[in-house]
Amino acid sequence: MIERIRRYWTIIRRPSVHFSLGALTLGGFIGGIVFWGAFNTAMEFTNTEAFCTGCHEMRDNVFVELKNTIHYTNRSGVRAMCSNCHVPHEWTVKMARKMQASKEVWAKLFGTVDTAEKFQAHRLELARHEWARFKANDSLECRNCHNYEYMDFTRQSVRAQNMHSTYLANKEKTCIDCHKGIAHRLPYIPPGEAPTDTPGQVVPGADSRVLAPSPVSIAADAAR
Amino acid sequence: MTIRGVLWSLGLVASFAWADPPPTVVDPMRGPVPIPDTTRPPLLRNAVNDDVRRPRNFDKQPPTIPHRVDGYQVDKNFNKCLDCHARAKTDFSQAIPVSATHYIDRSGKVLDHVSTRRYFCMQCHVAQDPVQPLVGNSFRNTDALTPKVTGTTPSKP
Repeated sequence: MIERIRRYWTIIRRPSVHFSLGALTLGGFIGGIVFWGAFNTAMEFTNTEAFCTGCHEMRDNVFVELKNTIHYTNRSGVRAMCSNCHVPHEWTVKMARKMQASKEVWAKLFGTVDTAEKFQAHRLELARHEWARFKANDSLECRNCHNYEYMDFTRQSVRAQNMHSTYLANKEKTCIDCHKGIAHRLPYIPPGEAPTDTPGQVVPGADSRVLAPSPVSIAADAAR
Repeated sequence: MTIRGVLWSLGLVASFAWADPPPTVVDPMRGPVPIPDTTRPPLLRNAVNDDVRRPRNFDKQPPTIPHRVDGYQVDKNFNKCLDCHARAKTDFSQAIPVSATHYIDRSGKVLDHVSTRRYFCMQCHVAQDPVQPLVGNSFRNTDALTPKVTGTTPSKP
């Protein structure tokens, strides 16, 4: 083993016999540019909508749902595509996310979510990953476009003003806390994890607890 | 029947046939556009979004929704309305809580969640568009029909 390393080391250290210094330098320089360009182009290609919707898992489930939302079609025609929200824009974080995404390739190869039913079964787990990511980076991908500094509250509805000037302004909540499910349909969310992060969301038939009106409040309502 | 009778009846029919054609019906929804032609539909508007509660027009009328509800998800997984209007959420959202009657099922049992028959909010509560009624009507709400309470004692006859 040591012997082999030593042999390679001498090969690397030995000056070139056939190539000139200029050829090696220039060749290395050009090769570097070509490699880097190709690498980045390939990575940018994995950020395109064509790439994302190339798999039926994305095209038939989440992409269909996106098409009904304001992030796909709206009055001014400015729209978000998959990578705008789901891939960090900054290079280092993007690389980390891309490496993480290799697990998604694995899931694709083994057909983890290759039917609508399987997708629905995994939906809450997948959504939780994204919610956790948004929560951790303070909804950075939202804020890449929706900058709090430039929000004109006077152009917002009264409800939006009230929420943004309190919970968002004092950083108690971040975008994703309230705006879950704006680009996709929501799965059933267990109480306590609903968009407003407070218990109370209840599905008919699900045996979960919610604050119930007391008989007293019912009587008060009836009297009103 | 005599010949004269026949002529009379024929004349009567002819007089009806030659009378003015019935006046063209002007439908306020269509305007003066002839029936076979396609009308130009009114522009789509955004729903009212002013968050001002509207008075009810009759007893037990479901209150209207004073805000936009475009794309609200209301299905077996999630109810966007209840995300703010559920009684447990109103502390946070400052929305108007769902009436306690909505927590009672049809057999009168009080549930700990919204009754399934009340689950689909927009079956009864609807958002409003800022448009004038196309067809006039003479509806008067309950307030107009109930006698006004003047506060003075009625004079004896």
